[in-house]
Amino acid sequence: MEAFVFYLLATLILGLGIMVITARSAVHSVLFLVLNFLLVAVLYVTLSAQFVAVIQVLVYAGGIVVLYLFVVMLVSLKKAPELRSDSRRVGRTGLLLAGAVLAELIAIVWYTSASSGGAPPAQAASDFPPRLAGDAMLNTERLGWVLYTEYLIPFEVASMLLLVAMIGAIVLAKKNL
Amino acid sequence: MLETFVIPLFQIAILVNALLVTVTFLVLMERKVMGWAQARLGPMRVGPYGILQAIVDPIKLILKEDITPANADKLVFTLAPIMSLVPALVVFSVIPFGPEQPYYIADINVGLLFIISVTSIGVYGIILGGWSSNSKYPLLASLRASAQLISYEIAVVMTLVSVVLTAGTLNMIGIVEAQREAGLWFAFVQPVACVLVFIGGLAETNRLPFDLPEAETELTGGFHTEYSGMRFSLFFLAEYANIIVISAIVALMFFGGWMRPFPSVEALAFLDLVPGWVWFCGKIFFFLYLFVWIRATFPRYRYDQLMAIGWKVLIPIAIGNLVLTGIAKVVL
Repeated sequence: MEAFVFYLLATLILGLGIMVITARSAVHSVLFLVLNFLLVAVLYVTLSAQFVAVIQVLVYAGGIVVLYLFVVMLVSLKKAPELRSDSRRVGRTGLLLAGAVLAELIAIVWYTSASSGGAPPAQAASDFPPRLAGDAMLNTERLGWVLYTEYLIPFEVASMLLLVAMIGAIVLAKKNL
Repeated sequence: MLETFVIPLFQIAILVNALLVTVTFLVLMERKVMGWAQARLGPMRVGPYGILQAIVDPIKLILKEDITPANADKLVFTLAPIMSLVPALVVFSVIPFGPEQPYYIADINVGLLFIISVTSIGVYGIILGGWSSNSKYPLLASLRASAQLISYEIAVVMTLVSVVLTAGTLNMIGIVEAQREAGLWFAFVQPVACVLVFIGGLAETNRLPFDLPEAETELTGGFHTEYSGMRFSLFFLAEYANIIVISAIVALMFFGGWMRPFPSVEALAFLDLVPGWVWFCGKIFFFLYLFVWIRATFPRYRYDQLMAIGWKVLIPIAIGNLVLTGIAKVVL
C-alpha cells in the first residue's frame, strides 16, 4: 500500500514536472508547477512530516508561485520567446546542469545509504497510513529544537542570505533612499 | 471502514450543505442590514419581509446564461472559480465546533497552519479568473487582488504566530482549551492581535473598506466582470465562505470557540445548558454581522492607502506584538 502510494505520487510529480517545461503557455506551466508542489506536500504527509507538508503548501504553492504568476501575467508570454543565443549552446549548458544535479542526487543517495547501513528509519514502515493526530506536534517541536540547536548556524546563514536579498531588492527598486 | 470513511462523509455532507445555506441567508442578511443602515427596507417582495429572497437568488443565478468570452483561455476560465471555492470549503475540515468527535471532521496538530496554507491557495482563483478573461478590467483587478492578499497575509500570519506563542499549540482544539485553562478569552490577552486579525481578514476577503479588487466605480466589477451564471456564483460563494472562515477563526482563537462567556466564573454555569456549537455559531454570526456593519459604514480606501496600511502600519504592529509576546512568554 505504502509503496503503491509512493510510486503513484512519484509518477504524477514527475509527469507534472515534464508538463511544466513543455506547456505552451507560461501561465499553464505555472499552474502545473502549483499542482506539482501540492503533490509533493502529499508525499511529505505520507512520510508523517505534516509540518513540512503544510509549510510546503504555504510557502511554495501559496507564496512563491503566486509571485511567479504575477510576473508571468505582467510580461504576457503568449508564445515561447525566441532564443537569443544559438540553441546548441543552451542545450549543452542544460545538459551540463542536469548532469551536475544527477551526480549530486546519486552522491546523496550513496552517502545516506552508506551511513545508515541501508536500513530504513525505525518508525517509518509501521506508521502507514499516518495518524494525523499522533506525533505531529512532536514533529513541529522536534523541528524547532533541531533548527535552533544543531543547525543553528546554517539557519542563521540562510536568514542572513534572505535579508541580504531583501535589502538588495529595496536598494535596486528605490531611486533615492 | 465506518469510522474512516462513512462518518466523515456524512459530516462533510452536512457541513457543506449547512455552509451553502448559510451563505444564501448571509447574502439576504447583508441586503437587509445594509438597507436598514441606509434607511431603506431592503428586499421585501419575496415572502414575508423578503425571507424567501435567499432561495430565489440562487435559483436565478443557476438559470442564467453562462457566457465564456471569445478570446478567453477556456480551461483556466472554467477552473478559476473552482480553485477559489474549493480551498474555502476545505478549511472547514479542521474547524472544530466542539471538543469531541461528532463536532469536528479532522483534528490535526498543525490545524492553524493548515488553515493558513489552504486559504493562501485561494488567491489563484482570483488571479487566474482575472487573467483568463482576456479583458483589461479583470486583469487590473486581479493584479490588485494578488498584491493585496499577499501583503495582508503576512500581517495576519505574523499576528497569528503571537497567538500560537500564547497558546503553546497549533491545534485548534488546543488553542480553545488553552483559553479555558487561562480562564480568559485571548481577546483580552491579545487585544492587539484580535483587532489585527479581523482587519486583515477584511482585506483578505476583499470586503469593504478594502474591496479594491472589485471596486465597481473604477473597474466595472472587478476580477469577475466577465463571469456570469453559475461560474459567477461560485466566486460569490467562495467570497462568502471565506468570510465565514475568518469569522470562525476569530471566534475560535480570540473568543473561546464553543465555550460560554466567562468560562471560569462558576456563577454563570447555567449558560452551559446551551450546547457548545450553538455558542460557537452565535459568535460566528456576531462577526458576520460585524462584516456587514463595517461594509455599511466605511468608505473604500485608495489603493496606495491600502498598501501603506498593510506594510507600514499592520506589519510593524504585528512584529512588535510578536516580540512583546515572546518577551512576556519568557519572563512570565
